[in-house]
Amino acid sequence: MRDSFIDTTTALLAEDPRTALVLADISAAQFAPAAARHPDRVVNVGIREQLMVGVAGGLALTGLRPVVHSYAPFLVERAYEQLKLDLDHQGVSAVLVSVGASYDRAAAGRTHLSPADVALIDTLQDWTVHVPGHPGEVPALLRATVAADTSAYVRLSVLHNDRPYGGDGSLRVVRDAGPGAPLLVAVGPVLDAALAATADLPVTVAYTHRPRPFDVAGLRALAGTDVILVEPYLAGTSSRVVTTALADRPHRLLALGVGRQDLRRYGSAEDHTRWHGLDAAGLRRSVADFLAPALVRA
Amino acid sequence: MYSTLDVLWVLYDRILRVSPATVDDPDRDRFLLSKGHAVAGYYAVLAAKGFIPVDWLDDQGGPASRLGDHPDRLLVPGVEIGSGSLGHGLGLGVGTALGLRAQGLLDPRAYVLVGDAELDEGSNHEAIAYAGATGLANLTAIVVDNSSATHGWPGGAAARFTVNGWTAATVDGHDHDALHTALTGQDNHRPHVVVAAVDTGE
Repeated sequence: MRDSFIDTTTALLAEDPRTALVLADISAAQFAPAAARHPDRVVNVGIREQLMVGVAGGLALTGLRPVVHSYAPFLVERAYEQLKLDLDHQGVSAVLVSVGASYDRAAAGRTHLSPADVALIDTLQDWTVHVPGHPGEVPALLRATVAADTSAYVRLSVLHNDRPYGGDGSLRVVRDAGPGAPLLVAVGPVLDAALAATADLPVTVAYTHRPRPFDVAGLRALAGTDVILVEPYLAGTSSRVVTTALADRPHRLLALGVGRQDLRRYGSAEDHTRWHGLDAAGLRRSVADFLAPALVRA
Repeated sequence: MYSTLDVLWVLYDRILRVSPATVDDPDRDRFLLSKGHAVAGYYAVLAAKGFIPVDWLDDQGGPASRLGDHPDRLLVPGVEIGSGSLGHGLGLGVGTALGLRAQGLLDPRAYVLVGDAELDEGSNHEAIAYAGATGLANLTAIVVDNSSATHGWPGGAAARFTVNGWTAATVDGHDHDALHTALTGQDNHRPHVVVAAVDTGE
């Protein structure tokens, strides 16, 4: 996904003189050719994330469309006040693109993990959030996001599904169990595990790479009584959206995602997926418990 | 005496190329009040220069007022940034200066007013270091120095900038001619800082 982001952004810089890129050393080497071609619009501030976002705000105030990029914890958590004040409060916008996700660099430890990034972005006003599930989804959604005028957060990961699903972010039914069946909504790269976990269950599985704005109309059209959210970031991040959308009807919600605890363990991203119960086996256990005992005969 | 009023007046009366008719002109100078609590003088100067009606000043902070205790750019004509939380203006100013340059707007400058105590915020130092290292010559910082930084600045506030390659001038913050001379004393290759010294605690 990172390579796809770099290629697409490099092309956008060449195509549109309004596009600018602000870096804090991360990926600077990969963007060196673009920086050589557009030295005034590719800005590497060094390891200064507060300045990175402040600069983006200033660029936007002059009419440019900044793309801002770093590791998720440095981009969103460290520079949160700049996001709130230097972008939102000024009434200007930018496109944030992160790498690292919840635990891509698990061996680096807690400092490089960012399971709460989407929840933090969700405290801001009217942001679009994209969590692509495959590198092939990145170019189209990034182009559409940069072409828009609202702020957006694009969360890239080394984890991905076997194939792209694309679309505009509206809920896309990947497996249909019929009217009234429990609905599982998988966000981004957790789709394949969710499909495997529910392969023999009468569960409708829908996919989105755009948790904000969440496809509320699609949710209301697909949801019966039971809804299962599977998100690759902090568990429950989208719970309020789902419960608000379904407030006028009885429903149950199971919100799965990354736990809040600092595991203080290294290993790989796949290890952390398993430890947080987001692999197929873990999801299977959670979904079975939620739907048991009447529905599940596994 | 009010610490910032003279600086604001000199800026709007003799330096900034902006008027009520040009608040949206891409070629205007940008003034960013980072020290957002200095609104009393700011609003007064904006009113005196016709950016806002004078009678707005009567209701500052009222429920229907556009004028809060910190400025909001979406509510007050002529205000370039909303500020209040300290340490944001210089970063925005660096971005503004870069944005002007990237679009070939080589005449306008970005001016950012900060307080000496505000410099305690670490975000300022990211901006000072970067602007100095890259020779961001269309950026001017003005430090109103009323010696309120809790631990002070070794060598004075200007030293915090010059160590990163800025040009600097320190003048009496109430001397209009000295302020004018200092504010026009930038060179074409480096960012510039003017330290406006006023009495302690003003």
